[in-house]
Amino acid sequence: MTGATTSGPDVALLRRPARTRLTWLLIVLAALALALIASVAFGSRIVGWADITAALGGTQDTLDQAAVVKRLPRTVLAALVGAALALSGAVMQGVTRNPLADPGILGVNMGAMLAIAVAMTTVGLYTATMYIWVAIAGAAVSALFVYAVGSLGRGGATPLKIALAGAATSAALASLVVAVVLPRGDIAENFQSWQVGGVGGASWDSIGQVLPFLAAGLAVCLLCARALNSLALGDDLAAGLGERVALVRGIAAAGAVVLCGAATAVAGPIAFVGLIVPHLCRLLVGLDHRWLLPFATLVGAVLLTVADVAGRVVNRPDEIEAGIITALIGAPFFIYIVRRQKVREL
Amino acid sequence: MSTTTLRAVTRGRVRRSRRRRAVLTALSAAVAALVVVSLMVGQTFYPPGDVLRVILGETVPGASFTVGELRLPRTVLALATGLCFGMGGVTFQTMLRNPLASPDIIGISSAASAAAAFGIIVLGLGETGVSIFAIVAALGVAVLIYLLSFTDGVAGTRLVLIGIGIAAMLNSATSYVLNQAGQWDLQAATRWLNGSLNGSTWDETVPVLAALAVFGPVLLSQARNLTMLQLGDDTAAALGTRLERTRLVSIVAAVGLIAFATSATGPIAFAAFLAGPIAARLVGAGGSPLVPSALVGALLVLVADFLGQFAFDIRFPVGVITGVLGAPYLIYLLVRTNRAGGSL
Repeated sequence: MTGATTSGPDVALLRRPARTRLTWLLIVLAALALALIASVAFGSRIVGWADITAALGGTQDTLDQAAVVKRLPRTVLAALVGAALALSGAVMQGVTRNPLADPGILGVNMGAMLAIAVAMTTVGLYTATMYIWVAIAGAAVSALFVYAVGSLGRGGATPLKIALAGAATSAALASLVVAVVLPRGDIAENFQSWQVGGVGGASWDSIGQVLPFLAAGLAVCLLCARALNSLALGDDLAAGLGERVALVRGIAAAGAVVLCGAATAVAGPIAFVGLIVPHLCRLLVGLDHRWLLPFATLVGAVLLTVADVAGRVVNRPDEIEAGIITALIGAPFFIYIVRRQKVREL
Repeated sequence: MSTTTLRAVTRGRVRRSRRRRAVLTALSAAVAALVVVSLMVGQTFYPPGDVLRVILGETVPGASFTVGELRLPRTVLALATGLCFGMGGVTFQTMLRNPLASPDIIGISSAASAAAAFGIIVLGLGETGVSIFAIVAALGVAVLIYLLSFTDGVAGTRLVLIGIGIAAMLNSATSYVLNQAGQWDLQAATRWLNGSLNGSTWDETVPVLAALAVFGPVLLSQARNLTMLQLGDDTAAALGTRLERTRLVSIVAAVGLIAFATSATGPIAFAAFLAGPIAARLVGAGGSPLVPSALVGALLVLVADFLGQFAFDIRFPVGVITGVLGAPYLIYLLVRTNRAGGSL
């Protein structure tokens, strides 16, 4: 069984008791609140509580207060991007029934990056909305490409074949990105730091522009939850249950691509959030997508916010981009999942 | 065996070795020609005579500095790293019987690069210290990947995927180091993430030459055993190969080549990955892949560096060119293997 359902039909895992789920929901919400507060309170500059409350009240008289005000959009963006990537990863894992699916690993983020790089250097991009559309288009093309390459040959789209196709495509796209961007010194300087992935450059403007896309993607993905449950049973059974398999898969995948394309457009290619979070959430609430997807959204927001705070605090006054932190935590987790796959599935 | 079969086999063998000799001669000639051309061409053009006189140690006004101090180290470094990457890469691919298991894909080069960047930027080590640091890190990562992919027998695809995971982590570590040092300038970043020959000096070139002199012969002494390993562990053992010894010696030597080359130029993208398969295509079956692959590696790096310097309006670092050349091939290889239904 190559399903997202880990190893075999473990009934106890299918759905945790309602009480457990509610308890976890409260815990996750509390964690989110704490993460958001921490993100406003801690940064490369150490600010007292009095200044923080004053800044939240709207005053910006001292340098400390100004620093806090600058942390606000960044906090919001980290939470939004984390939520989008985690939900996108959860849906991709459901659609492909592949526990290794993640927008970063499958090369979808890099596709978005390359599209942006090409558009920036050739026609020029003038508004944030244009960035987002281009990124979504690039993400969609690379998602289709990786899926097509990974499903060639015997056994169809096995998890490891798709992951390998994704990693290879990602490496290939990354070198194309460098080649496209390097001749343009003006673009390259900004691009390099963005290429690592992070939310340091957040502004209310960019949040406002990306928000409709994220909201649309979120709605589509959450509406697909019930259908994804059917898909988890296998295509034949899902069709037997009256699900239009190809249609559902297309819609859910489109939602996931919009989410990660838009997230990449504002924050760069942040990998592994979409991989870790759904696995973690399955342990907390079980396999039911109607619970899994909202949970992944919340936990993703927590994870990226915490990663961003950690990047600011670990090595003051220097900042580490959130994308670096998630790769450092996420890669060992990826290796753990690869190791757990049985040899006959390889 | 009947006489006709015997004759056919002999004929095939003769044809193959003739082809091999022809290809090796052609490759060597191409490498030599490229070396001379890249010494001649640049901002100012110097005729072959001047170049030769500079190499022989004579003083030629102008050319002595431009050719002797600027172009010669760069060209020699390109040649040496090309040989290192080609030979080291094909050793991994042969030993693991998987073209994707090349050191630049499974994270060995990334380890050397991260260590070298850390050694130079944070610790401020000299060239020798950096090279040693890089080789220790690369060996450590090689062992780690092997141990991690060993659950119930090493499966090729799993090893590659685990290597890719490790590479992702190490590339982040490299970005982190560059970030920390406030050195996130394009030059340093492209050198340690893509590979570049810009600003090469003799200080960087000498350790690579030394590594080539030490590890090259060691690896060549294992050429026969490596070829046996391609037949499968059991067959190789039955034919008298000492498996563990061969593996250990080859891995250490190959990692040595890769690590020294990487600490001089960064991980020139896909050079190690491309050289082996191209060489196999040219030479055909049979014989050791080490020398042809080393020559193809050198040719690749020299050509890519030449193109990067002169073919476009701006100067591309060599790793960007090899990256763009290698990317489609990587995908093609994946498509072909998947379609053939082989277990990668």
